[in-house]
Amino acid sequence: MTNTIADIEQADVILVTGSNTTENHPVLSTFVKRAAKFRGAKLIVVDPRRIKLTEFAHFWLRPNLGTDVAWINGLMHVILKEDLHKKEFIQNRTEGFDALRKVVEKYTPDFVEGITGIPAENIVAAARMFAQAKTGSILYCMGITQHISGTDNVKSLANLAMLTGHLGAPGTGVNPLRGQNNVQGACDMGGLPNVYTAYQPVADLGMAKKMEDAWGVTGLSTQPGLTVTKMLPKAHSGELKALYIIGENPMVSDPDLNHAEKSLKHLDFLVVQDIFLTETAQLADVVLPSACFAEKEGTFSNTERRVQRVRQAVTPPGESKDDWWITSQIATRMGYAMQYPNSRAIFEEIARVTPSYAGITYNRLENEGLHWPCPTEEHPGTPILHTQQFTRGKGMFHAIEWIPPAEQVDEEYPLYLTTGRVLYQYHTGTMTMKSADLNERAPESFVEISGKDAEKYKLQEGDQVTIASRRGEIRVRVQIQDKAVEGTVFIPFHFAQGAANKLTNAALDPVSGIPEFKVCAVRIGKAA
Amino acid sequence: MSAQTLSINGREFGFEPGETILAVARRHHIDIPTLCHLKGAMPTGACRICVVEVVGAKTLLTACNTKVDAGMQVQTESPTVVAARKLIIQLMLSSGNHNCAVPGSDRQEWTDFQIKVQGEDGSNQLCPVWGDCRLQDLAFRYQVSPERLDVTPARYPMETVNPFIVRDFSRCINCGRCVQACNEVQVNNAIQFGYRGPEAKIIAADDKPLKDSDCVFCGECVQVCPVGALVEKEGRYSVRLWETQQVRTTCSYCGVGCQLDLHVKDNRVVRVTGVDAPPNNGSLCVKGRFGYHFVNSPERLTDPLIKENGKFRKASWDEALDLVANKFKKIRDTHGGDSMGVLVSARMTNEENYVAQKFTRAVLKTNNIDHCARL
Repeated sequence: MTNTIADIEQADVILVTGSNTTENHPVLSTFVKRAAKFRGAKLIVVDPRRIKLTEFAHFWLRPNLGTDVAWINGLMHVILKEDLHKKEFIQNRTEGFDALRKVVEKYTPDFVEGITGIPAENIVAAARMFAQAKTGSILYCMGITQHISGTDNVKSLANLAMLTGHLGAPGTGVNPLRGQNNVQGACDMGGLPNVYTAYQPVADLGMAKKMEDAWGVTGLSTQPGLTVTKMLPKAHSGELKALYIIGENPMVSDPDLNHAEKSLKHLDFLVVQDIFLTETAQLADVVLPSACFAEKEGTFSNTERRVQRVRQAVTPPGESKDDWWITSQIATRMGYAMQYPNSRAIFEEIARVTPSYAGITYNRLENEGLHWPCPTEEHPGTPILHTQQFTRGKGMFHAIEWIPPAEQVDEEYPLYLTTGRVLYQYHTGTMTMKSADLNERAPESFVEISGKDAEKYKLQEGDQVTIASRRGEIRVRVQIQDKAVEGTVFIPFHFAQGAANKLTNAALDPVSGIPEFKVCAVRIGKAA
Repeated sequence: MSAQTLSINGREFGFEPGETILAVARRHHIDIPTLCHLKGAMPTGACRICVVEVVGAKTLLTACNTKVDAGMQVQTESPTVVAARKLIIQLMLSSGNHNCAVPGSDRQEWTDFQIKVQGEDGSNQLCPVWGDCRLQDLAFRYQVSPERLDVTPARYPMETVNPFIVRDFSRCINCGRCVQACNEVQVNNAIQFGYRGPEAKIIAADDKPLKDSDCVFCGECVQVCPVGALVEKEGRYSVRLWETQQVRTTCSYCGVGCQLDLHVKDNRVVRVTGVDAPPNNGSLCVKGRFGYHFVNSPERLTDPLIKENGKFRKASWDEALDLVANKFKKIRDTHGGDSMGVLVSARMTNEENYVAQKFTRAVLKTNNIDHCARL
């Protein structure tokens, strides 16, 4: 997030898109709901499902799946046409404006209605509402990113924020809601194929030299590596021989699971380090037991870039150990001595090689977290990014054309499927499914379908149905819900039984490598 | 220094326009007791325990929603105030199953009452929140004698059909904190006041169990309940506040990073509560508050496992680590580092992610490292 969670409550208008906030970020959603209900903020929800948050919204815009660039360009078209853009901000802080103006020219409200299904007058009204507010905050989540155009979608939201000057001040910002406790930290720490910590590029020779000196090694690769979505095909083709998977369960979370399973089985050597014998661990040659969050010391970095302490409350079961200890042991036994006395010592090393964490210490985090960048021990942290300038200097407008999703409905597969989470389960369920009461609330996979579609396919609440895509087939129960809009069904991806990801499409965004989980074509029929 | 002042217990304090007596008093560490007052919600004055004496006022005023005027003279513990508070506490104690054994309870009726309550609770234990109850604290503080007024029998049966939460109407003092927590803090709008006068009850939907209402079981109501009316279902009698240690940490579910206290008893996490600090200011969701069982799960991995002939067998750390190190070394040296990959985790700490990427780059000599940010 460019801004903080508390900051959302200060916004005059909040645009939430591709985020079922009340179920996936429930506590954060309270800031949105309070702003709309008690502080008079305007709320615009853009989502293909009639999610809970639409009840608090002044506008619910319902786009067809995979049409985000089109409606965002449509808003910008109206803003420009009505001269509502922030000229001073654009002049002083951005570049590429003319190209943007040119590309959005054709995205008239009528043209956009044709692509997105959003009524033209709502595009106009929402554009005015967003542009005319003093401060505007954009919140988005995987509904924006998990598309072949995911990167374009995010850039389009950034365009919208820059065009309206809603950046760099309280109550503004482009705010991605991170779905996992430390996904921000995993990125910050260089758990990515192209960067070291703090996004220092591996392809930069100077950076490689700096890390070689810090780590006392030579020959660091300056070739960016493979993303997870590219590793699996390489495993399948035999180019990738070994995988070391720590705390991940791609056997439920990856797209096109049938292919994922074949790929993992193709490896010469698979090591899985986890707290449970997950679907993925069962395929491993060696399984290493690790400690969970309640059993260790360390830090997590949340969605607002706040680095916070994790503290040990109980001892880990049996022989299970801290993940850092296990990895260090493997390194040491491979001839590279990694001997840290504790997590604090590791954090001190992180601060030495990571400019944005350089000023953070365990002592400073004792009572409250700090927002990076925090370059020195005297620095108070940075709750709001880009207040004076952007990371690259001037903010770059990207002129982007809408492209359709990789898969579309046809006669054989006439329904759109989108996937996501439900309130009572989390990701692949390894953690939440151990709580009986959570399972009571969300016991099994299901397909959420609109009343009209249920009628059309002659389905009753609770019916067992078969859902098939070009890649696989699952059996799940029918839930007829108001949330669903005719023509589109939803299946949560938590469950290994009735796994939504047997159906999803592994088509990738060419830049980020993210799969298009949010759109594929399916057919539905009563189970035999 | 503000131009305008008021006096509290004979001391002069400045104030900002619009501030309440309670706010000024708290800022200066003058303790005015409250029950219904909830941070972040509109003060209602419903419970009246915060009454104070203000010179010139005809009645005692509730400090939580009375705005300060210049020159106001306030007494927070005058004999009149104390008498009023005692009466309020006594009325509350007599309005339900408050079997917390306030000192001085030596009368026969007390024993009869205790037996009756235990019958209704289906338990031979004292109130589930004994020792963790604001009403009990106040009864001790003001030494309210349990000279019981006629005890009104419990009007509504206990609601035990829900997951996560037990609603015990016999211990509810109708302070309305839960209603405010639900409507003004979490904004789930699941519960409200229903019925009138002595029939008053906090209801969900049109008086249905929570599980059949809009309730999403965030548990905010349980955390703010000052008495034993809303209690976590699990550990209802087996977890007592004084038996547990609290360890502050960061939630391990979504990316919001809520600050929470893990309550530990006998090396097990038995309860989770929200910490009143950013980013969550005390709030949690159903997963963060009630989804802790995986920590203690018997399905947790406890030993390294090595697969032989398609089956796992337990192994020592030395054996497993040597096997992994040797295999990795062999594959790296034969096929090159880029024939290997590492998936790190958004579940792990920063320290662990750092060590894993350092290992991948410095030891395996590849940049094939990623995690589920995209999934």
